[in-house]
Amino acid sequence: MDNRVDYAKIEKTAKIRRTVINVVTYTFLALWAVMVLFPFYWMLLTSVKSYSAYNSEYIPKFFTLSPTLKNYVDAFTAVPLARYFANTVLFTVLTTAIMLVVITLAAFAFARLEFRGKNIAFLIFLSLMMIPNELVIITNFVTITDWNMRNTFPGLILPSVTSVFYIYLLKENFEQIPDSLYYAAKVDGTSDIRYLLKVMIPISKPTLITITILKVIECWNSYVWPRLITDDENYYLVSNGIQEIRENGFGRENIPAMMAAVVVISVPLIVLFLIFRKKIMAGVSRGGTKG
Amino acid sequence: MKVVLQNLTKKFPGRDRKKQEYVIAVNDFNFEIPDGKLIGLLGPSGCGKSTTLNLISGLLKPTSGRIFFGEDDVTDLPPENRGIGLVFQNYALYPHLTVKKNILFPLENLKGKDKLSKSEMLEKAYAAARLVQIEELMDRKPGELSGGQQQRVAIARALVKMPRVLLLDEPLSNLDARLRLQTREEIRRIQRETKITTIFVTHDQEEAMSISDMIVVMKAGIVQQIGRPQEVYDNPANLFVARFLGTPPINVFEGQVRNHKLYIGEDEVSGIRGVENQKVWVGIRPEGFVPDENGPLCCRLSGVEVMGRDISVVSTHESSCSPAVRSIISTENRVDTEKETVRFSLKPGKVFIFHRETEERIMGELI
Repeated sequence: MDNRVDYAKIEKTAKIRRTVINVVTYTFLALWAVMVLFPFYWMLLTSVKSYSAYNSEYIPKFFTLSPTLKNYVDAFTAVPLARYFANTVLFTVLTTAIMLVVITLAAFAFARLEFRGKNIAFLIFLSLMMIPNELVIITNFVTITDWNMRNTFPGLILPSVTSVFYIYLLKENFEQIPDSLYYAAKVDGTSDIRYLLKVMIPISKPTLITITILKVIECWNSYVWPRLITDDENYYLVSNGIQEIRENGFGRENIPAMMAAVVVISVPLIVLFLIFRKKIMAGVSRGGTKG
Repeated sequence: MKVVLQNLTKKFPGRDRKKQEYVIAVNDFNFEIPDGKLIGLLGPSGCGKSTTLNLISGLLKPTSGRIFFGEDDVTDLPPENRGIGLVFQNYALYPHLTVKKNILFPLENLKGKDKLSKSEMLEKAYAAARLVQIEELMDRKPGELSGGQQQRVAIARALVKMPRVLLLDEPLSNLDARLRLQTREEIRRIQRETKITTIFVTHDQEEAMSISDMIVVMKAGIVQQIGRPQEVYDNPANLFVARFLGTPPINVFEGQVRNHKLYIGEDEVSGIRGVENQKVWVGIRPEGFVPDENGPLCCRLSGVEVMGRDISVVSTHESSCSPAVRSIISTENRVDTEKETVRFSLKPGKVFIFHRETEERIMGELI
């Protein structure tokens, strides 16, 4: 019997199999990428078509030979896009900053301090996560309206300055810091707040960065709450601002100009994502899937 | 700085809060630690030695009793005002700070009139680093150091404030055997150079005996014996202390005293003075055996281990409390491994007798 193994043949089949698998994988990924990226391309493309060119195309074309930046000028001049933009930046920065302070202190209390009813309080906190957002929005709306905070920044910001999920995430992170570090700091004469600032926060920096990025994205994209709580143009954010532009911004339905506005407001998030994508993924996969 | 512990007691609430039960971790601890000495707190795990250390450091509040540093009553002072340095078992270095910043950390917390200028702080930090020989590691982070180096950083951080009392919690348990030997010499050297009263906790009797000026043996929250290592070894107060100290451990036999004679099993091993007739435990240190053709104690030979410097004879005896009787004899003696039995005579100073019930030492003179 011939017991010799034909290595050349095995190698050849393995190579063919690898090639086939690669071709299939890359084809699939390429198709997927096209599907995902196409809307972005369409947005960019439409934003550089002129109004007349856009309207004269009975069947929309996949490219344009006469790109124009006029739409971008329109977006900033005909409608108060700059104001929406400024509002959103202010809203995002304030909300994120206040939230970071709130959740850090809350997580510190739950993770480090001993007080009566700590576990029950935390349990109630966690159970809040099971109440759907839509329900909370109704009561929030009533509260904020009662407090006469419609069309104000406090009214916009207040409901989002805390997050049970982020408190939970951060508390878990804080609890992983060994107790002996706390005792060492105590012996070294550190107050609780100094320990939090000098030791806990620096050690938990990766989680805090992830939370910050996710919160910024959340703020930038928030739509339902700003839509409900503001009807004064001066307090519109980009999300409901765009809606406003679509409906009656340019005096007529000007899709290319609107797309230009959409491009402008998407850019900050895309830049943020490109810079921090590794950190976002790391944080999300570490902290479970919710975000 | 001498440290005085007065009737120190610490009770922890039991698991079941309604029953009002308590776990007594430290029970009525009285001890005066002389100035500038190195004290080893020794005992099996769960004996309350770490609790005692935490009471001295102020991380725990005693249920009752007082603690004095010199003439000052520090019982109610928080840890940072006691002037202590504490080294943790896992070192507890701040992982995000460099070695230099770790050592500076305690200094940066000083307030009011104790506040130091930047250059003073650096000077002190470098002095502490020089003492433990880690000057060249100042810009590294703890994660980039070996266990022994981290240990030194932890000691430097504890020393930088020039504490009145230095406390070490199982300082060597995370090191490998070789480094442990080296580091314990190091701790001894640093303690001698700084002359700071030092208390260290360990479950390793060899470690405690080798570097301490005095050892405190604890069991279940109660101090068993305090003394110089050699004194405690040569004169154990009870069976527990005798068993706890020494490697290989002491051999314990069931025995009895009858008419001024000491019996192990049915072998009459020695005459004894000053002890009434009773059943006793007989403890014999491994080095207390001398091979002797006509010796009174007859054991069944099960093996001989040659260790170069001396010989370890493993044998069995029906009255022994452990399956093997281990004796260490010098290489000048020959043991015939062909024989089934081996006979020993005993060195009187290495034989202790203990009360059968209380396990307390019975002072008697072997003749």
